[in-house]
Amino acid sequence: MRLRNSSMDGSDGSQLFEDTSRAGNQQAGPQAAGFPGQSLLSDPMSNLAMAYGSSLASQGREMVDKNLDRFIPISKLKYYFAVDTVYVGKKLGLLVFPYMHENWEVSYQQDTPVAPRFDVNAPDLYIPAMGFITYVLVAGLALGTQNRFSPELLGVQASSALVWLIMEVLAVLLSLYLVTVNTDLTTIDLLAFSGYKYVGMIVGVVAGLLFGKPAYYLSLLWCCVAIFVFMIRTLRLKLLSEAAAEGRLVRGARNQLRMYLTMSIAAAQPIFMYWLTYHLIR
Amino acid sequence: MAFTLYSLIQAAILCVNAVAVLHEERFLSKIGWGVDQSVGGFGDEPGIKVQLMNLVRSVRTVMRGGCPLHVYTNWLV
Repeated sequence: MRLRNSSMDGSDGSQLFEDTSRAGNQQAGPQAAGFPGQSLLSDPMSNLAMAYGSSLASQGREMVDKNLDRFIPISKLKYYFAVDTVYVGKKLGLLVFPYMHENWEVSYQQDTPVAPRFDVNAPDLYIPAMGFITYVLVAGLALGTQNRFSPELLGVQASSALVWLIMEVLAVLLSLYLVTVNTDLTTIDLLAFSGYKYVGMIVGVVAGLLFGKPAYYLSLLWCCVAIFVFMIRTLRLKLLSEAAAEGRLVRGARNQLRMYLTMSIAAAQPIFMYWLTYHLIR
Repeated sequence: MAFTLYSLIQAAILCVNAVAVLHEERFLSKIGWGVDQSVGGFGDEPGIKVQLMNLVRSVRTVMRGGCPLHVYTNWLV
């Protein structure tokens, strides 16, 4: 199974993110030591105390990092946020209009997937996270225009959408386990794919706010079909076997089951999109 | 429908409890889901029913003994 493990983090930290900290640090360092330091640093006792204190602090920080990394794989998460504006623009266009895109394969570089900023097909967590927050805000806006708003409702909407997201990811994980698909889809990948539908929901709700109910239904229909096609084309390469993914009809109960699984995951997206937004447009 | 995270946790606990109280002899064997009826599938195709039975059995083992996770995987292998 191909893992996005922490070996990517050390040497190619510059590949995921550009390091902009060095220039700032060099400027601030000598100045800070110069001004208040003269009377403090000349005393050997306080020198020792400062050295001891800084070593304690770095030890504590290492321990916190190590323990936190056990529960939440932070180094793996960094991969999903290595995006740039061009990628986000292309991906948003792909989510709304996936019909012209030809090559849906994720490109690899020596057995590890390439960071999202270099490959439009790679999943990321930036768009789902931003989409979720924007959805909560737009829901608050929609409720406000109908005089149904109160600040607690924002929290209710957020936790409700989060619960549905978690249930969807758990259901997909369970069905992947039951069908014994050998795939390199991680949980975070599934979270990313399930989060892409927030873009369509936001488009639908905003269109409904601006132009009324028919516009809401039309734009939601368009985004539902687009997400359906997007999910099928993306999941087809990951879940189905090689031959079936190329479009040839492969017989056998197992491939049929996998095809049904792909279709049902893709079909669940429009259902959730309608379910989470219909009460916002009255 | 206003779900909260707390209701999700409640539902999860109740579902896991429901799976854990399925009795091996009295119930699962009677409907053909017992442990001894799952060794059929060798080869690469366990099938959905065998996977489900394995899942039920694993949940029951983990909940019953409170085993740490590495003991559980040893049993599975």
